[in-house]
Amino acid sequence: MNTVAIDTAPAEPRKFLCLEEAHPHNGTLLGFWLYLMSDCFIFASLFACNAVLGTSYAGGPTGHDVFDLPGLAVNTALLLISSVTFGFAMLEMARQRKRAVLVWLAVSGLLAAAFVGLEIHEFVTMIAAGAGPDRSAFLSSFFALVGTHGLHVSVGILWLIVLMFQLGKHGFTEANRRRLFCLSMFWHFLDLVWIGVFSYVYLVGVLR
Amino acid sequence: MSHPSPSVHDHGTSHDAGHDTMHAGHGSLRSYLTGFVLAAVLTIIPFWLVMGHVIASPQTTILIVLGLAAVQIVVHMIYFLHLDTKSENGWNMLAFMFTLVLVVIVLGASVWVMYNENANMMPMSPQYIHHKQGA
Repeated sequence: MNTVAIDTAPAEPRKFLCLEEAHPHNGTLLGFWLYLMSDCFIFASLFACNAVLGTSYAGGPTGHDVFDLPGLAVNTALLLISSVTFGFAMLEMARQRKRAVLVWLAVSGLLAAAFVGLEIHEFVTMIAAGAGPDRSAFLSSFFALVGTHGLHVSVGILWLIVLMFQLGKHGFTEANRRRLFCLSMFWHFLDLVWIGVFSYVYLVGVLR
Repeated sequence: MSHPSPSVHDHGTSHDAGHDTMHAGHGSLRSYLTGFVLAAVLTIIPFWLVMGHVIASPQTTILIVLGLAAVQIVVHMIYFLHLDTKSENGWNMLAFMFTLVLVVIVLGASVWVMYNENANMMPMSPQYIHHKQGA
């Protein structure tokens, strides 16, 4: 029916100022940094929740009743040391020493696993004592924030294990180096978020 | 990772090739250890303040704890995440500053608005009555 032919060819060749967009040299690392910044925003929202709801106890337990500060100190130390040992792994990678990298990664992973284990133990103890996330708005916001952080650490451990296998099998390929840099940023970032958690949620939560 | 087009090399202005492909995350043993010592000190002080009941006023303690946390976040940024104005030609820092502005708005505005809500609109909540009776 339609017999009108549309001439799609441009009248003259198009001119572009540049043939393609300039790519940043470390596209993946910058992109991963942007992801971390958006993750930062998720945590900021959860922190805002905790700030607003942190004193809505609904007649239930307060932070002073449920928080175990010596246990928190152990957890904080585990995560901080894990961050530093991951840094050591990155230094060994710069020196191309695969075995040392794997050892430091394993140490970091075990420390983080101990952190998650202690956190799960804390959660189970709290829930058994009737201070679960359904008890009050304060506890809901607490479990949401600390649980989200713990979930991030758990996923980080999974990522670490996968990367250790990749590294053991393929060595320091370009892809593996890039992945390790990303995981390194992720690892340090989670330690950074934990500063906010232990300072604001726990220490300030005990006081207010 | 490295783009096959020749234009890639045009904007690698400051670094030597092979080194700049993985700029982020570079540190030294000294920077990690410095960061660790600073972070440990900045962690121990707030724990000591809260667990030892060093300062009588909770408000003062809260302010100090939050201030130390802010300092420790900066320490982590510099010594562990190696954030500086040069990494990724400054894009990392720019993205960070943008996030910081948004985070401050979200946190500050939430707390501000909800504090006023609590103060002005819920005088009969059970907590309030409980608080009044306790006072």
